[in-house]
Amino acid sequence: MSHRGGLRIGADVGGTFTDIVLERADGGYESTKVLTTHAAPEQGILEGIESLVEVFDIDLADVDQIIHGTTLATNALIERRGARTALVTTHGFRDVIETRTEGRFEQYDLNIVLPTPLIERRDRFTVVERIGARGEVLRPYDEGSASDVIDALEAGGYNSVAVGFLHSYVSSEHERRFRDQLAARLPDISISISSEVSPQMREFERFNTVCANAYVQPLMASYLVRLRDELRTRGADCPLYLIHSGGGLMSVESAAAFPVRLVESGPAGGAIFAADLASRYGRDRVLSYDMGGTTAKIALIEDATPQTAKTFEVARTTRFKKGSGMPISIPVIEMIEIGAGGGSIASVDSLDQIRIGPRSAGSEPGPAAYARGGLEPTVTDANLQLGRLHPDTFGAENISLEPDRAAAAIREHVADRLDMTVDTAAIGIAEVVDENMTNAARVHAVENGKDLNGFTMVAFGGGAPLHATRLMDKLGLDEVFVPPGAGVGSAIGFLRAPFSYEAVRSFYTTTADFDFAGANQLLDELRTEAEAFVRQGTEAEVVVERQVSMRYKGQGWEIPVALEGGDFDEFAAEMITGVFTKAYEAFFGRAIDDVLIEAVSWSVRVSSVVEPPPRLEIIDDDAAGVAATSTPSRPMYDPTTGATTDAAIVERTSLEPGSAIAGPALIVEAQTTTVLGSRHQAIAQHDGSLRITNVSTDGGR
Amino acid sequence: MATTPRATSSAVHNQIMWNRLIAVVEEQALTLIRTAFSTSVREAGDLSAGVFDREGRMIAQAVTGTPGHVNTMAAAVGFFIEDIGPERIQPGDVYLTNDPWKGTGHLHDITVTTPVFRDEHLIGFFASTAHVVDIGGRGYGPDAREVYEEGLRIPIMKWVDRGELNRDLVTIVRSNVREADQVVGDIHGLAACNETGRRRLLEMLDEFELADLDALASFVFDRTRRATLGALEHVPKGTYTNEMTVDGYDEPVTLAVTLTVTDTGMHADFTGTSPLSPWGVNVPLTYAQAYFTYAMLVALAPELPNNFASLEPFTVSAPPGVILNAQDPDPVAVRHVLGHFVTDLCLGAIAEALPDVVPAEGSGALWNFQASARPIDPASGLPPVEMLMFNSGGTGARPTLDGLTATAFPSGVMTMSSEATEQVGPMIVWRKEIRENSGGLGRQRGGLGTIMEIGPAEGYLFEFSAMFDRVENPARGRHGGQDGEPGAVYLDDGTPFASKGRQTVPGDRRLILELPGGGGFGDPAERDAEATANDRRQGYVT
Repeated sequence: MSHRGGLRIGADVGGTFTDIVLERADGGYESTKVLTTHAAPEQGILEGIESLVEVFDIDLADVDQIIHGTTLATNALIERRGARTALVTTHGFRDVIETRTEGRFEQYDLNIVLPTPLIERRDRFTVVERIGARGEVLRPYDEGSASDVIDALEAGGYNSVAVGFLHSYVSSEHERRFRDQLAARLPDISISISSEVSPQMREFERFNTVCANAYVQPLMASYLVRLRDELRTRGADCPLYLIHSGGGLMSVESAAAFPVRLVESGPAGGAIFAADLASRYGRDRVLSYDMGGTTAKIALIEDATPQTAKTFEVARTTRFKKGSGMPISIPVIEMIEIGAGGGSIASVDSLDQIRIGPRSAGSEPGPAAYARGGLEPTVTDANLQLGRLHPDTFGAENISLEPDRAAAAIREHVADRLDMTVDTAAIGIAEVVDENMTNAARVHAVENGKDLNGFTMVAFGGGAPLHATRLMDKLGLDEVFVPPGAGVGSAIGFLRAPFSYEAVRSFYTTTADFDFAGANQLLDELRTEAEAFVRQGTEAEVVVERQVSMRYKGQGWEIPVALEGGDFDEFAAEMITGVFTKAYEAFFGRAIDDVLIEAVSWSVRVSSVVEPPPRLEIIDDDAAGVAATSTPSRPMYDPTTGATTDAAIVERTSLEPGSAIAGPALIVEAQTTTVLGSRHQAIAQHDGSLRITNVSTDGGR
Repeated sequence: MATTPRATSSAVHNQIMWNRLIAVVEEQALTLIRTAFSTSVREAGDLSAGVFDREGRMIAQAVTGTPGHVNTMAAAVGFFIEDIGPERIQPGDVYLTNDPWKGTGHLHDITVTTPVFRDEHLIGFFASTAHVVDIGGRGYGPDAREVYEEGLRIPIMKWVDRGELNRDLVTIVRSNVREADQVVGDIHGLAACNETGRRRLLEMLDEFELADLDALASFVFDRTRRATLGALEHVPKGTYTNEMTVDGYDEPVTLAVTLTVTDTGMHADFTGTSPLSPWGVNVPLTYAQAYFTYAMLVALAPELPNNFASLEPFTVSAPPGVILNAQDPDPVAVRHVLGHFVTDLCLGAIAEALPDVVPAEGSGALWNFQASARPIDPASGLPPVEMLMFNSGGTGARPTLDGLTATAFPSGVMTMSSEATEQVGPMIVWRKEIRENSGGLGRQRGGLGTIMEIGPAEGYLFEFSAMFDRVENPARGRHGGQDGEPGAVYLDDGTPFASKGRQTVPGDRRLILELPGGGGFGDPAERDAEATANDRRQGYVT
């Protein structure tokens, strides 16, 4: 890579804030937060960059790379602000995206509302054609019927067209024929075909994914071009790359063609941030815990690689419930997101139980203590009541905390209803939200066949350091890192991402008559496809990771298994059986004899080799010895002992490497506060991270 | 703030533990879904999992797709304690049964129960149920005349005795079922998910420093009982009745209920219901009770978790000899078809009392089918394949919302992808689309059914076991809403096809299924003009 001035910029456009991080050649960085400019998000980015340029007196010509992640595509899907889009599908299958799974995501609610399909019925058209499950033509492509559809598309004034035909993941021939016929007639229309966007079996998920791509494509393409042009105009003549949902970089061209891959790119940056920190400290099993104002997100990272999945859901409409959103089948960093943030509202249900969220007071009106009109108690209000936050040290600009308002809200909505003191109610709110996050982390681990024993937590985002030690205790973990820059973690994470692309395709074969030649050819094609994307951004050395998802014949859920070694040969079935059996045992403890194994979905991920970050030596108890200076203490509730004790207050900026803080303590900084219970201690590390451990090792879970 | 000893926050502490217990059973259920071979378990959530106190009272149950397991499962553990005998319950044991009257209503559901010991004291049980791929006998269908023909019946027995697998029983199961590996695999899966639950529970008790579950169980039952009785106050005391006629197997079946609401609960009596059928569509009373209880909970207290105390106030009775009170050895294999209508039946009874809550009738019973794909030419070497598909019509319109299109209710079943179905076997789904005009009109419109066209792949024909209801008797509208369209079944050349019983779909024909729509709610003339216009724009109504 060419070195101009060795500067790199990460830009994360979120729902509320746009975070800009400027990294220097020596690895140090500066950051700024500006409000997101929803109408033209590039303005916020430019404004943020300009302010860094001014304050730190740098030249944009010295910037090597700008890496960008954005919620723009996600928000367009949630807010239904996309192009006028049509879906063209196989005759007989017009309503796949509307009839969904035919299930109800909530079993006990008579009034559930199913998500409205992204493309409504009148905008869905069918072509006479049909491909079978083996790629055979069951019904030839009917050019006449296609022509009629194109007439309707023209008359309807559509800007973008999604094409999803049955079994196109096996044979894309008919989809491509339709695309060509359409492009010849209407060259200005933007076209997405499902065999390119997401060649995975299961029509509901694939059609929905291609619809999402088509829906946001014109918007994203024009945004990306505007952003690149504006940056150039201002002198940033360096390459611009996008971060995708799988946690890698892609070119502007790829992003403009497959914008659906930008969905969830911000959270992906957070997971990379945590993965990077973990590898600096040589930790190979990490729980990434990001808590903001509205939600908490938890991801698992092993060997510096976040867990990935092939499908996920966006725009959940009901309490983050599985099934209440839109499925998107693309490779994604897997995380669980629950309605547990600082702004999450506490209430009491008919069982006299405290419930938290998913409703959030957000930043407007905000927690009751903000005195901006919020009257319901939130997690932040409970933290204030319990002494974990304090008006004098609360960092957010322009917000003064008013403890009386927090107490009044807790009293009215929780304490009085449960005949408790305000303090007890606040403890209840904090405990319930901590338990919710704990359970979410456990479920997520179970779903991935993992046991959290021995995992290290990396806590970031404004809310996480307040709750991290309690989660550590509840989950039985031994170690938590609170990195510096936790407020802009995603944008920093962008700068650590490799160029990568994961190509996925469904291909069905069993161990009875394993089609090893077909599998070899498929893996080759996937590799070629993935590498082509990566080569748009880098000439660097690449690593290739191949994976196949398998199950016992008759099961419905597949286990991803990494494929080592070279091409398959006639002994492939035995080899596959061996690796699958091992993986199955890891998940469920026990393999099953004598049942055939099916391979369903295949993927190849090509990524550029990223130089591993320099290893950091851990400063542990023995080496420490620099006592932190603290200002006068204040009373804080400590959940480990169930008592209120005096907690030391320590300014994080006053810490040096080796500074040791014994709990109970509050380590305060501009964007958050780290809470230590009486059994915890923190030692500041060389990079400014706090490493928190248990003082006693009496198994104090 | 003042020091807060833990005692003052014991309510919060109990709540945390209760939530944890629910998380434990959810994890237990998830393990089962992930490993199950049975299509209905993994696609339909046809399973349940729960934790019980030492007396066999259910403390927590995972929310799964099957209301039919709500009460049946809750009662099952009591039978296990009784039949095994308290003195024979030992650490390391695992028990099982598929007795329809002690488990969940038909032989295909296997219930596995595992006792939990802590410091050598019995503190409770985990139990789980799953629908297995096959249980022998005639195969899945309504054609048996007695339960003996429906397959292997395993009385309550030890599957594992103090850590030792009962190999004799394994051999008996293996030699009595088709797909023995999958069935035995699923039984092991049930035992494994209970074991997951047991381990997690012991970890939890360590963490919270509890010796047993007794205090927590009382807390859960007290809170739930209070909330359930509170919810019942929304229905004025008194007696409510309803009747509903559905197609039945070979003759129409009338389902009748009299609900009595008192201070302490609700009782459903099914006197007036049609007599037993000679076919396997009969329903054990506990299964009918489950769909009655489910109906009342969704209407009155949807946020209450299921446990002994939330179910206790809901009781049932029926005279002997009615189709909702099957007795050993009546055939009961497809008890779900009529069982699913019990929910609409009971909701209908309280519709006048709760006019803002109860929806119109929906398509109710699922349009599931099993197609046995057979080679047309037996010498062709093509293998026979069993294919199962779940499909749902429309639900009834709600007081303020339209019904749901192509959605299961009261079952929580999901359909399978057409592409996945075609990957598994020689079936081609030629069409699966919204069936226009099938929802009953009303101020709120009934959910639409779908229209499906399916046929065998080349070289095959289908032996088809049909079990479709609401072909003769549509879902009724409510408060002036119109009825939904009834279903229809025929071959693509117009040949009629019976909605019940075994028939053949020839290799060159396609079967067409028009699934019923839900009933409408309220006078169609009162429908919002924009909603009516949108129905036209989208072609829901033409």
